[in-house]
Amino acid sequence: MKYLEIKNCKKAFDELSVLNDISLSVEEGEVVAIIGPSGSGKSTLLRCATLLETMDSGELVYMGEKAASTVDGQAVYADGNALKKIKNYFGLVFQNFNLFPHYSVLKNVCDAPISVQKRNKEEVKEEALKLLAKMGLSGKENAYPCQLSGGQQQRVAIARALAMKPSILFFDEPTSALDPELTGEILKVIRQLAEEKMTMVIVTHEMSFARDVADRVIFMDGGYIIEEGDPHEVIEHPKEERTKQFLARFSAEQ
Amino acid sequence: MTLWGMAQQVLSGTGATLLIFFSTVIFSMPLGLLVAFGRMSKFRPLSALVKGFISILRGTPLMLQLIVWFYGPYYLFGTQLSSGWRLTATILGFSINYAAYFAEIFRSGIQSIPLGQYEAANVLGYSKAQTFTKIIFPQMCKRVLPPVTNEVITLVKDTSLAFVLAYSEVFTIAKQVAAAQTTIVPLFIAGGFYYVFNFVVDFVMAKIEQKMNYYR
Repeated sequence: MKYLEIKNCKKAFDELSVLNDISLSVEEGEVVAIIGPSGSGKSTLLRCATLLETMDSGELVYMGEKAASTVDGQAVYADGNALKKIKNYFGLVFQNFNLFPHYSVLKNVCDAPISVQKRNKEEVKEEALKLLAKMGLSGKENAYPCQLSGGQQQRVAIARALAMKPSILFFDEPTSALDPELTGEILKVIRQLAEEKMTMVIVTHEMSFARDVADRVIFMDGGYIIEEGDPHEVIEHPKEERTKQFLARFSAEQ
Repeated sequence: MTLWGMAQQVLSGTGATLLIFFSTVIFSMPLGLLVAFGRMSKFRPLSALVKGFISILRGTPLMLQLIVWFYGPYYLFGTQLSSGWRLTATILGFSINYAAYFAEIFRSGIQSIPLGQYEAANVLGYSKAQTFTKIIFPQMCKRVLPPVTNEVITLVKDTSLAFVLAYSEVFTIAKQVAAAQTTIVPLFIAGGFYYVFNFVVDFVMAKIEQKMNYYR
């Protein structure tokens, strides 16, 4: 089943066209990595998919439910209630974690399931503790984000996203704010989620990670998908000139 | 008149001063938050109107504003001023003037919260109201505490401006006693009163700040 389908997504900021007719679909259990230079539109694509930005035109479908469709060349979004429901289908992990600093680790993870999804408090708390244990954060429940390392904060952010039981999880450069050691921590967690067949879309600059974990890699530049396919093919033997150029330094290091 | 006698007279205005102080704090802060919302409204005419009011309230003397509130109803509508109006006008004048200052403090606090907090809340499905009450407001409170403390300390001293409406608070009485006894001592007693009052305010605010220090 297609968990996510984006068709002909276009987005411009003023005159600058950031996304040019991007189409992308993600199947259940699939891990898609999006790579590309800064300013290539990868983050904007993720922000359009997570409803943080509105597309100028295009179609956005989650689990067969339309979040947006194009009418007369313009994107028309579903009504508030439909979007509210659709927001339950996905989670997003930010580059800068964006944890709530005034909430304890446990409250960061539990609050949205309780106050947004109206789920049972005790049940949510129990699940949250399990999630935190899985993230290697047992004993940190009562800590505040400012007391944690960047890697720990990002793991809390992943737990917070997972607590909502999303069908698909987006990562927007989840390791870009971390040093190499902490980056390893996060990649390990994502790898584990991939093994559990969590459907994920990951924008990343970690090429070897994308190659090893993703089922499919998409290379973007200038608001276009330049190349797409099997991670080993795209990353180790890119066909397009622009992809080769982008990956030149990575290839040389291998 | 003995020193003790003067002190007793001056401090008999304590209740009135506290009444102005607490009424202003209680009314001006929520009002200030509302005004801040108006100021940040995307509806241009509203934000422009609010900006204009803030400009007038901050740009003219509070003493003058108190006079306007007190005599305004008479000059505008010919209303007979009742005896209770003196206190009402005082509290109105103070609350609305301080609301203008608090509004700008709250606005700066709200606008200093990183966009990422809104985005995280949005993706987690929080409604706009939930995002404000649960995520933004508590963080705003922490950030605005130092400038709010400043305002509250200024307010303690500003309550003395109520003398212009002859409302019998500490400073009004001190002036009267000073004139009657031809001595400056009652004014110094009033000065001591305001200092002690602010010492307490400072202590309480520091405690609150400490309490909010559990996160950064």
